[in-house]
Amino acid sequence: MTERKIRVLVAKPGLDGHDRGAKVVARALRDAGMEVIYTGLRQTPEMIAEAALQEDVDAVGLSILSGAHMALVPRVVELLKTNGQQDVKVFVGGIIPDEDVPRLKEMGVMEVYGPGASTEKVISDIRSAIPTAG
Amino acid sequence: MNLAQSVLNGDRLALARLLSRVENTTPEGLAALDALFPHTGKAHLLGVTGAPGTGKSSLVNQLALHYRKQEKKVAIVAVDPSSPFTGGAVLGDRVRMRDLSGDTGVFIRSMASRGSLGGLAQATAGVVQVFDAAGFDVIIIETVGAGQSEVDIARLAHTTLVVEAPGLGDDIQAIKAGILEIADILVINKADHSGVDATERALKTMLELAHPVRRVFQHHGQAFEVPAHHTIEDNGRLLWIPLIRRTVATEAKGLPELLEAIDLHTAYLRESGDWARREEARLEVEFDLLLREKLVEHFRQQVPDEVVSSLFAETLARRLAPREAIGQLLQRMKS
Repeated sequence: MTERKIRVLVAKPGLDGHDRGAKVVARALRDAGMEVIYTGLRQTPEMIAEAALQEDVDAVGLSILSGAHMALVPRVVELLKTNGQQDVKVFVGGIIPDEDVPRLKEMGVMEVYGPGASTEKVISDIRSAIPTAG
Repeated sequence: MNLAQSVLNGDRLALARLLSRVENTTPEGLAALDALFPHTGKAHLLGVTGAPGTGKSSLVNQLALHYRKQEKKVAIVAVDPSSPFTGGAVLGDRVRMRDLSGDTGVFIRSMASRGSLGGLAQATAGVVQVFDAAGFDVIIIETVGAGQSEVDIARLAHTTLVVEAPGLGDDIQAIKAGILEIADILVINKADHSGVDATERALKTMLELAHPVRRVFQHHGQAFEVPAHHTIEDNGRLLWIPLIRRTVATEAKGLPELLEAIDLHTAYLRESGDWARREEARLEVEFDLLLREKLVEHFRQQVPDEVVSSLFAETLARRLAPREAIGQLLQRMKS
């Protein structure tokens, strides 16, 4: 049996064009031995959920710097659920005000990473949230 | 309900999950493959390969859009290399395929090449079979043209497109790697760039070498021209002469001509009996591979590991040639 790999979708919903953070995370996850599907800029929640479904990912990382996270994140979480992927872990990175973090977590977001968060933390959080894989 | 049945019923989540299980060669995935096998053999498998930066993903995007206009269901298997150091991968082909988003008649699956080359070819074959059984009419397999694994994967396809671009110096590289020989259609993408004529000339010259039968055409005064006929008779057998087409995928230019070339090749495959021959060859290879795999498994169960390792030690000490050692092992199995 081939080794099972953790598959992560890294997506940028919304209209801001800053994808540096998303790319840094994508690269770090790759270097941690994960398979990262990168979708590029300006994805709608519908496009992200569809990609998550087709790629059968274990986790979805959303990079948002536009301030629209309270609109975009719940929509993605809801669509994942509609598609039967409620077990997919969602994490968020970008500029997220502190007071929004608990609300995002209530919606089912695994973790929120602000500027300066370490990629090691992201990796270890994903690994412990997805126990079946190496 | 089991996964195979759900896939046949058109359940997209089941399809996605089964693809993972097939890629990971889990027992459940393999059992589902067996169950789906009678439903396969209908799709047109289209291989698209070429060096990095030639615009394969953009071209695949356009091809899929065109097939969608014909109401065909399209599956795309986009293979990217895994890092040889960490085993991880960044799969970015979807970036160029955003036009296809939101259409349930398209299913894109990114695959990392993972470990072994042979393993990739096997996993891809499995993934393609699942799409085939799920009722996709066209399955596009996109790979980076870099070596043997692409040749193996191209063997899966009914029609193989090799994508080149002007100014990359690729033509010669491709020939060296043997990529050109697998081409049914050569696509010169980015044909709005300078140097496109030189690239086409180089490709034509190489085709002349690869297909000596074309000398007949030179004899009739048609040297250095792509023959008007894309097929020729050779000892009573119809042969395909690879076509060259120019495209600018990002502007959707040259696509009707490329699709026409693909249709011509499809017609040729049916007419010449090559479609059936390719299927036969492919199944024969799979049959053979599985037989070997299972025979080795069976053998290992019958002969204790110590016997194998002691005979190997003899080989290592140069007292027994490998062939002699294997001969003795087989003797043990018989007795």
